[in-house]
Amino acid sequence: MSELTLTLIKLGFLALLWMFVLAVLSVIRSDLFGAKVDSRAAASAAAPSATARTPQPVKPVKKRKGLPGSVTIADGPQAGVGATLVEEPVVIGRGSDCQIRLDDDYSSTRHSRLFLSEGQWWVEDLGSTNGTYLDGQRVTRPVPAEIGGSIRIGRTTLNIAK
Amino acid sequence: MSIASTSVIQIIPRTRRGVELFLLLIAVGISVGAYVNIGITAQGGVPASTGLYAAGIGLLALVAHLALRFRAPYADPVILPCAVLLNGLGVAMIHRLDLGLTSVGKTKGVPFAPQQITWTAVGVVLFVAVIIIIRDHRRLQAFTYTLGLVGLVLLVLPLVPGLGVNIHGASIWIRVAGMSFQPGEFAKVCLVIFFAGYLVVKRDVLTLAGRRFLGLDLPRARDLGPILVAWLVSLGVLVFESDLGSSLLFFGLFLFLLYVATERAGWLIIGGLLFAGGAFFAFQTIGHVHKRITDWLDPLAIEGGQIAGGMMGQAWGGILGRGLGQGQPYRTLFSNSDMIISSMAEELGLTGLIAILLVYTLIIERGLRTALGCRDIFGKLIATGLAMSFSLQVFVIVGGVTGLIPLTGLATPFMTLGGTSLVANWAIIALLLRISDQARRPQTPAAPVSDETIAMAVQKQ
Repeated sequence: MSELTLTLIKLGFLALLWMFVLAVLSVIRSDLFGAKVDSRAAASAAAPSATARTPQPVKPVKKRKGLPGSVTIADGPQAGVGATLVEEPVVIGRGSDCQIRLDDDYSSTRHSRLFLSEGQWWVEDLGSTNGTYLDGQRVTRPVPAEIGGSIRIGRTTLNIAK
Repeated sequence: MSIASTSVIQIIPRTRRGVELFLLLIAVGISVGAYVNIGITAQGGVPASTGLYAAGIGLLALVAHLALRFRAPYADPVILPCAVLLNGLGVAMIHRLDLGLTSVGKTKGVPFAPQQITWTAVGVVLFVAVIIIIRDHRRLQAFTYTLGLVGLVLLVLPLVPGLGVNIHGASIWIRVAGMSFQPGEFAKVCLVIFFAGYLVVKRDVLTLAGRRFLGLDLPRARDLGPILVAWLVSLGVLVFESDLGSSLLFFGLFLFLLYVATERAGWLIIGGLLFAGGAFFAFQTIGHVHKRITDWLDPLAIEGGQIAGGMMGQAWGGILGRGLGQGQPYRTLFSNSDMIISSMAEELGLTGLIAILLVYTLIIERGLRTALGCRDIFGKLIATGLAMSFSLQVFVIVGGVTGLIPLTGLATPFMTLGGTSLVANWAIIALLLRISDQARRPQTPAAPVSDETIAMAVQKQ
């Protein structure tokens, strides 16, 4: 057996080992770099939802008078699930005692809370791991929740409506 | 701004069993490749038994795959191929060391490889049994304290006179019907389930009560009970069984799970201090531990020491290694059990060793990912505990072999020669896959909010 053949076998085996590692990494790449969204599917999904939901174009409506009446999950498999805002506070999170139960790996068990105080609804973060965002701003202390606002928790977006 | 970027990602649940089969084919291919490679370089030709070996390992992988396909279709696709690869590489290396040991005339117990293949088969049978019997990991919560007791009994079993045997300074083996077992390997699984079940119930108390001190949330004094018990038990293992590795593993596991369950860094500091105290005490009073540490500080001082031999082998291997079958790893003591990582490093080099460590890392990553995706806290804690037991074990043994920390007799998962460890690891993998099947399975979309007080489903306009 020549020296060259032995070296080639050696390097070939190492290459094979690394090929396995890379194959595994390519299988789980969505874990490492985030899920890949098919651009066409994304466009078609975004088009109808842009009219149905209340994103940027409708934002001016936000300053409308009146108390918010409901909070609803805007997208994903749980779209439409929500709760009406009456007297009692509404807790959002993954726990079974929450009024709105999210199926979202990135939300905490008791993630955030909406409550009525001083004639106004407020959004409060309950010390969640990944934070609560109201209209893109991280909620660090209770902030007023207004109609048309959107709350982001983990990968879920919730809309506040009348 | 963030609405558009987060809105349309819909995760479609896929079983991904096809991907798993493909990766399994590569893993089996690499194992057979290693066997053939060793035949060519060390025996001068493709060994006649190649077909038998390939059929055997292929069949075992297929059985495990079919069990998942029919009983846990949504299980993680990556964990099983990684386990098969590590097991296959381990068997190939043990076979290679058999050849080496024979060539230098150390034929006591040789060949070990067929024995390891038999244990692999037992391991796969247990794997299938766990997948079939445990349909839902949440059932295990009912056995929290039973399993805790079983774990403790298994831990102290080696101390029973007439049953336990002392091998190489540590009494962690029992001998039944002429075969020796390491009950600690199964105690590990039982204790992980016990810790998880216990912490699910107690974590609120452990999280909420306490004082802030120097920016740290410290628990109340009376909540320190469980951690002190865990500490005393692991210290007991150390004193009576002289086993540094298992002691570190059990205490580390408990500490990690406590931290994960409560999210309080204070526990890590208390645990770290307890560990440092225990380690110092052990160093002062237990001869076996003292020797391990002095061996670590000066490996060349011992005649024919395994650490020195292993390190020289690794250095000789260098970046690309000597090539399978072309090094002399059999010259190191325990080259097929404690030191198998150094045998790998000698023949596959740093490049191969990093690939192997990455495969371990992938298993651990998938375990933690399973914990993240799992919907119940009990399952989360079990998955975290099993993944952590893997990572602690790999860290302690690889750290010991490469001279980073004192060498302790923990088994390298899936590779080390030894039945109990191999079988227990297959059970661990099965449990992880069972939990990941639960975590990745699509939820029934029903689930209207259960709380009648205020909640109600509002239809999207």
